[in-house]
Amino acid sequence: MRRALGLAWVVPALALVGVFVYLPLVQNFGFSTLKWDIYSGGQEFVGLGNYLRLPRDPVFWTSLVNNVLYAAVSIVFQVFGALVLAALIESIRSDRWRRSLRAIYFIPSAISLTVAGLLFYFIYEPSIGPLNHALRAVGLGGLAEAWLGQESTAMGAIIAMSQWQGFGYSTLLFAVAIQRIPSEIYGAALIDGTGPVRRFFSVTVPLVREMTGLMTMVTISGGFQVFNEVMVMTSGGPDNSTQVLGTWLYRSGFVRNDFGYAAAIATVIFVITMAIAVGQLWVARRRRVEW
Amino acid sequence: MVTRLGFLGVIARAFMWAFLIALAVVVLYPLLWMALNGFKTNAELFGDPFALPADWSFENYAKAWNRGVSDYLTTSVLVTVTSTITTVFVSAWAAYGLTRVNIPFGKGVSAAILGGLMLAPTVALVPLVKMFQAMGLYNSFWALLILYTAFRIPFTTFLIRAYMIDLPREVDEAAEVDGAGRWTAFWRIILPMCKPIITSTVMLHILFTWNEYLFAMVFTSGTGVQTLPVGLTSLMSKHGTEFPVVFAGMSIAALPVVLLFFLGQRHIVKGLSDGIGK
Repeated sequence: MRRALGLAWVVPALALVGVFVYLPLVQNFGFSTLKWDIYSGGQEFVGLGNYLRLPRDPVFWTSLVNNVLYAAVSIVFQVFGALVLAALIESIRSDRWRRSLRAIYFIPSAISLTVAGLLFYFIYEPSIGPLNHALRAVGLGGLAEAWLGQESTAMGAIIAMSQWQGFGYSTLLFAVAIQRIPSEIYGAALIDGTGPVRRFFSVTVPLVREMTGLMTMVTISGGFQVFNEVMVMTSGGPDNSTQVLGTWLYRSGFVRNDFGYAAAIATVIFVITMAIAVGQLWVARRRRVEW
Repeated sequence: MVTRLGFLGVIARAFMWAFLIALAVVVLYPLLWMALNGFKTNAELFGDPFALPADWSFENYAKAWNRGVSDYLTTSVLVTVTSTITTVFVSAWAAYGLTRVNIPFGKGVSAAILGGLMLAPTVALVPLVKMFQAMGLYNSFWALLILYTAFRIPFTTFLIRAYMIDLPREVDEAAEVDGAGRWTAFWRIILPMCKPIITSTVMLHILFTWNEYLFAMVFTSGTGVQTLPVGLTSLMSKHGTEFPVVFAGMSIAALPVVLLFFLGQRHIVKGLSDGIGK
């Protein structure tokens, strides 16, 4: 009985997470089997009907491809790029410079994706945006585009903004991981006369591999949860070319009043992010890096 | 070491510095451009994008402030402060229960709370809207307070729990000798000892709430309940032709979190790195 009283400590957290995080998740499966008009209140059971519509919906495939592209580009810049960058920064001897650079690169991650998205909306803007002006100024006017206004460049432009916004965050985390490598190991490598490039591949990379694994999982998961920047910059346009699963879910439910279908898309996001989370647990549980 | 750098080493160093500085410019210039555009007139904005404003007047900043930004900012501050308090306390209680109290089904409770970390908010969106409509809380301050608390409890509990586990057992024993009950021990001894991690979680929660968009956009509409990230998009659609005012609003929204980061950098970095791989 006295032991049961101890539960009072965890009940508020359990109740909040249970009601607002887990319960909706379970309800979502139920909703995904309905044809559901939220305004008239009309509901009709359609079984797996909404799921069967998914493969026949071209925008669903566009969204999925965009999410994969997002995740893939982010791995290149925010995992591998960030690791190299962090190693470069940590090789600087001046502590002041190391700290300043890490902080400067992180600033875009501190501001909201809404501000960053709106900012790049203007940067890409054909008439006032500095990007096209700069291209013309250096004689590359032929490359000037209506970046967000055409299908061929819009998704790339959004992804590029997102790299600008996010690389400093992962660089900072890799820098922390590199700092945790005992200095004797680097000292030994120096005495052996190992050059900086070999030192990177034979000391840094293996000793931060746990962080690399975790960052990869976090980055992929983030790639499938993209929403804010797409809504702010293009709302999924032009002609649905920049839809991602999150925005297509939103549009299907809240704009086209097709909430059952939106719930089915949510299930797809759930399955993908859950698989990644399990992978992340697996990476974290593997034997820790030991020195 | 410098003496051991050969000619190639010097060239490599020079390239590295050129790259690092160039990257810093790529990061900082757009932000500077944003703040500067808040000082320009519309005509100037459509001129040379690289020019400085002719007249440094805060007129656009004042306009943005009066056209809704002051309301959005107030709501953001209110939601941020209240949800920080609820999230940190509920999480600290849970962390205490999970680490210092022998509760039944401890492992299961722990897994249930921390498991929430793995779930994407988008997945819960449709049922949550229906739930909040049924409760009459849709389009209210309470919706954001509840959602920001519930969805951040797993992460916050995870961080505080990892810190509390490492506090020595003798602390609790000393408290018991003094005759202090669990409640007193938590407030007087354990919580003060957790100050470093509490500071980190508070800062990370502020960054999250200040910038959150998905819930804010779906669960609120209309001035009075909109936070800055959503309010800015309203400002954009309402005054889309007066770009300098929009730039001023964006700068006002960005400034507090940039300042917070520079003031609390150490705590934020610690929270982030513990949060990803402890």
